[in-house]
Amino acid sequence: MTLDASSLQVVRATDRRLKRSDRSALASVGLHAGLIIASLVAVFPVFWVLVTSFKPDARAVETSPKLFNESSLDNYTRILGGEKGAFLTWFGNSVLIALLTTVIAVFLSATTGYAASRFRFPGKRSLMMSFLVVQMFPFAVLIVPLYNILIALGLQGTSIGLVLVYCTTAVPFCTYMLKGYFDTIPTDIDEAGRVDGLSPFGVFWRLIMPLAKPGLAVTSFYAFLTAWGEVAFASAFLSAADESKTLAVGLQVFVQQNRTEWGHLAAASILVAIPAVIVFYLVQRFLVTGLSSGAVKG
Amino acid sequence: MRRFLERHWYAYAMVLPVVVVIAVLVLYPLAQGVFFTFTNINEANIANPVLDRPATYEGVGFKNYLNVLSGDASYGAFWGTLVRTIIWTFGCVFFHYTIGLGLALLLNREVKGRTLYRVLLILPWAVPAFISAFAWKYMFNAQYGIINQLLRSVGLPDPVWLGQSDWALFAVIVVNVWLGVPFMMVALLGGLQSIPGDLYEAAEMDGATPWQRFRNVTLPGLRSVSSTVILLGIIWTFNMFPVIYLIAGPNPNTRILVTYAFERFFSGASRDYAVASTYGVLILSVLLVFASVYRRALRKQGEVW
Repeated sequence: MTLDASSLQVVRATDRRLKRSDRSALASVGLHAGLIIASLVAVFPVFWVLVTSFKPDARAVETSPKLFNESSLDNYTRILGGEKGAFLTWFGNSVLIALLTTVIAVFLSATTGYAASRFRFPGKRSLMMSFLVVQMFPFAVLIVPLYNILIALGLQGTSIGLVLVYCTTAVPFCTYMLKGYFDTIPTDIDEAGRVDGLSPFGVFWRLIMPLAKPGLAVTSFYAFLTAWGEVAFASAFLSAADESKTLAVGLQVFVQQNRTEWGHLAAASILVAIPAVIVFYLVQRFLVTGLSSGAVKG
Repeated sequence: MRRFLERHWYAYAMVLPVVVVIAVLVLYPLAQGVFFTFTNINEANIANPVLDRPATYEGVGFKNYLNVLSGDASYGAFWGTLVRTIIWTFGCVFFHYTIGLGLALLLNREVKGRTLYRVLLILPWAVPAFISAFAWKYMFNAQYGIINQLLRSVGLPDPVWLGQSDWALFAVIVVNVWLGVPFMMVALLGGLQSIPGDLYEAAEMDGATPWQRFRNVTLPGLRSVSSTVILLGIIWTFNMFPVIYLIAGPNPNTRILVTYAFERFFSGASRDYAVASTYGVLILSVLLVFASVYRRALRKQGEVW
């Protein structure tokens, strides 16, 4: 919160961690053991879903765990072939909604974050405060009023309506993050740009945005995941027609009363997780720098 | 006025879209939600444009609040639910923070395969929450879940995790801890990396033990990151809805304020929007009080935020 850009440079220069040689062999073993156990716990549920996704539904509920049990790709072919609902259509809807949310939310929060970071203007404090308060209200309870508004705007049941709703969740957090990130970029750069004849928008778009890549990467990741995995609004706002569903809604067909098709559900889950993991892999390099400078600044 | 606009129009132009979206999609619904708490609105008397039916709900004053705050079981046993919500929130955030900090400290050292460890440890964050919820529900199943198979094989008792007992609350807390640790870990790792290395050198020079270095260099260096992520974590966990809803369903043993509001909202023959909104307003009030106390405590320690 009080860290300024010059001190950040110092941090980079003196970023000195404990050297491996400073450590006894025993400490090294303990370090690796700790990390390996934690990694196993982190990965196991995902791994277990992967294992289950190859099993037929009847084998997935056997009471002795096996890695392979009549495993095959049948679940996947059946899901992708559309036997279990219009999976590919749901997938397309989810991709569209998540990408639109990401683009709009990141763009909106970048402009707002930049304004909050660089300009002093009346109402700035209350704007930032309201973003915090927005996070406190349980969105589940906004559903009825929101539903009315979307009907009034003629957006009910459309992807755009859902995108706007997701933006209201993603934008406040992203703005906080990006404001923090912009604060670490020296204002000298802005001034140099202005001297060279760029407008404030030009400075923002041509100079600051490219420099803010780590921050933008993290906020895109966050916005994408917000939209990709959301259940409550998607179930409430999208029409019951199969072709308008998103994945989070559609997948519930595998969890019927008392009978869950675990094999198929697991296979569908893996297919759903793949895009999220790809997005994650693309941004993970930036996660630590991007998130921390945002959070440090608060 | 003109000078004012001239000076600030860039800023306002950049902020305007967000303000409009938030105002239309959050503040206005919020105001309407607050209004609903003073009515008896439900599925049967709300205006329905599809059926071309006008609204017929009426104002009932503070009745909803009185009903809810009386703690009556037919209104969700507010006080008991509040206590459970607090246990849930602090349980989750405590483990998020301590485990996240521990892992961040481990990852902040020079260790072989750091990048791989980091990717693996952040994985729970990347997987959509509803998928993780299904995965854990499968693993927690009393008969064929891998967790109970494991417990049976080493001769331990195998409880019905997601049944009508406090084990269900324990189980959803475990899942939420698993989900939330990566965010804390990444934020704290960034915080650790921004602590200047000379501070550690100086402390070492002065003969500080590792514990003293942790207490007097690391923790103060993490103060500002910690205060932000803990506040966010508490707000998010307090309102964390999908994990509990997808894993335990409408189970009174895992009921927290948000899930009950959602239950009132969506289940039952008469969707009771009024009581659901009342819960929403009460949740907002609790969090607002908490956040202002939290901020005041921070400010007292000299933190400007």
